[in-house]
Amino acid sequence: MTVRTAELLMGLALAVLSAYFMWKSAELPIGWVPDVGPGGGAWPFWLSAVMLGSCIWVLVNWVRRVGPVATNEDPLFEPGIFLPVFMVGAALTICIALIGGIGVGGFEGIGFYGALPLFLLFYLKVMGNHSWLTAIGLAVLIPVITFLFFEIMLKITLPKGMTEPLFLPIYAFFYGL
Amino acid sequence: MLEIFGLLAQGFTVALQPFNLMLIIIGCAVGLFIGAMPGLGSVNGVAILLPLTFLVPPEGAIIFLAAIYYGAMYGGAVSSIMLGIPGASTAVATTFDGRPLAKQGMADKALTTAAMASFVGGTISVILFTFFAPPLAHVALTFGAPEEFALMMLAFATFVGLGGDDLAKTIFSICVGLVLAAVGLDIMSGAPRLVFGDITGFLHGINFLVLAIGIYGIGEMLWTVEENAKAGGKSMLSEAVLTWERTKTNLKEFLGTWKVAVMGSFLGYFVGILPAAGATPGALMAYGFGKQMSKTPEKFGKGAIEGVTAPEAANNAASTGSMLPMLTLGIPGSPTTAILLGGMVIWGLEPGPRLFTSNPDFVWGLIASLYAANLFAVILNILFIPAFIWVLKMPFTILAPLILTLCLVGGYAPTQDMHDVWLMLLFGIVGYLMRKLDYPVAPAVLAIVLGPLAEPALRQSLLISSGDPSIFFTRPYSGPIMVVALILLFLPALAPIYRRLRGGNSGKAPTGGTAE
Repeated sequence: MTVRTAELLMGLALAVLSAYFMWKSAELPIGWVPDVGPGGGAWPFWLSAVMLGSCIWVLVNWVRRVGPVATNEDPLFEPGIFLPVFMVGAALTICIALIGGIGVGGFEGIGFYGALPLFLLFYLKVMGNHSWLTAIGLAVLIPVITFLFFEIMLKITLPKGMTEPLFLPIYAFFYGL
Repeated sequence: MLEIFGLLAQGFTVALQPFNLMLIIIGCAVGLFIGAMPGLGSVNGVAILLPLTFLVPPEGAIIFLAAIYYGAMYGGAVSSIMLGIPGASTAVATTFDGRPLAKQGMADKALTTAAMASFVGGTISVILFTFFAPPLAHVALTFGAPEEFALMMLAFATFVGLGGDDLAKTIFSICVGLVLAAVGLDIMSGAPRLVFGDITGFLHGINFLVLAIGIYGIGEMLWTVEENAKAGGKSMLSEAVLTWERTKTNLKEFLGTWKVAVMGSFLGYFVGILPAAGATPGALMAYGFGKQMSKTPEKFGKGAIEGVTAPEAANNAASTGSMLPMLTLGIPGSPTTAILLGGMVIWGLEPGPRLFTSNPDFVWGLIASLYAANLFAVILNILFIPAFIWVLKMPFTILAPLILTLCLVGGYAPTQDMHDVWLMLLFGIVGYLMRKLDYPVAPAVLAIVLGPLAEPALRQSLLISSGDPSIFFTRPYSGPIMVVALILLFLPALAPIYRRLRGGNSGKAPTGGTAE
């Protein structure tokens, strides 16, 4: 895909998004409501209208071949660039899906501390090509530090999903429950 | 005048409490490392680490983040000089002469100069800040809803008029940020609004951090993955020789460039106050002026130390300058200060001039902490140059998963809802693709922070005037502000007409530094 094609697709997608925002805003009054002032939908509605306008402007520039992006016929991703970027994006997506589940089949996720080591292992071993020792070491060490720092020190609880029962002895240790 | 000294002294009693002092030192160190990493700058550091501050009192939280901001401005020079890759866009101009110096085996000279120039820039700008802030806040105290809205219009208009990005895309970016900020409950009627697909997660709105971490955390990482894949994993790290003797000569040589440092500081400070302008153009302009001031302009681009001094003084001064409108008017001067402003709301403060009277400890503690942060940053910077060089040797494939881990925690922590983590991922990926197509992302971040403040300001103003928009033009302060905003908004449209009237001979751009 060339940059020029991507510009067209992005312009169209954002135009559709803007139209959806307008339609969704119009669920609330978008005009003047007596004694209340502008209706609740007015602000997002008119801003979305401006968004739609600017998308149309981008598309007009595309048709008229104005600007550096609309005239750029280079590939959007140079050879060998797409794969690493895609793999990182996909790994993150799978990691987040594993943390909390995606609401399918009653799977409630393996929690942050189940998914994070898998993500780290994938990144360090496949993306980074580090030794097994480094990869496994960091995949264990980083979640442990995260747990101590966030859960114990800062009291920010991260989702555990089905691994929750495994943490009860750890809580008992730290809080003497 | 005397009153300011009294308040500043009071601020120092806050900033120098052992706990806050510790936060300053940790913040500076963290900021320096974040700044030193290629691709990560103050805005990434502040966005990713803001969730850490929820459990600290607001004074401590802002002091910590301001120290990160400062540290990152210092650290940005390190990768510009050692790798030739700007640590952040603000340090682009530092590569012009810093990189040649490093290649000539004088990396230590460039690093010392950058640190000292940052110190001068930081110090001069904090002093200016101390004396500018109270009178400005005093004037701003009289501001009502129409003035607040006019100021926000001005902030957005500067992006359109001076941002230099594609106009349609800049306007899109501003509006999408404002609309995303409107998701949740309508503030006046309490009715659900823009609950996309009737997903309940949208009912609590979209926290600005979800967008900020998405764009500046995940999006930035994807961007860096791409850059690294292009470079093919080759390291371009220069060697630096560090001895006490050399450091002494380096400091002496830096003192010879004091005029450039002072010029850069003043220029950076005033450019930094403008939203949309900020540290990057400030540093580039200072580089251009530094070249004009120099007796040996031909050396610029080949390793002139003035070429390091000017942009480094300016970018630090600009970072302080951008805090002035944030603190006094409640209008951020840069994406980083936009995130700080959003943080203030989370900590339960009402940003704006009233902070000076309602929370003097917060305001003056912050100002005093800037003096302290500046001092610690320069000391840590010079002492830990070897440590920064070590960080640059760390493979990106170890850094990236660490940063992504922080993003996941940061996206989850504010609302404790996985819905927001998904949203953050979406913003990260879409933001990355938009950035590839030259959509500016900073206006969207500014807008999502200002949205919840801009909408009530507009609605209240219109309610006061029963729907008559002329209210924005007839009041003593909002009138002129609005007129300036409109001029800026239409500047891109007017400029070509003006050029045509002049006979088309004004193709020359004003003095701006360009890479040689």
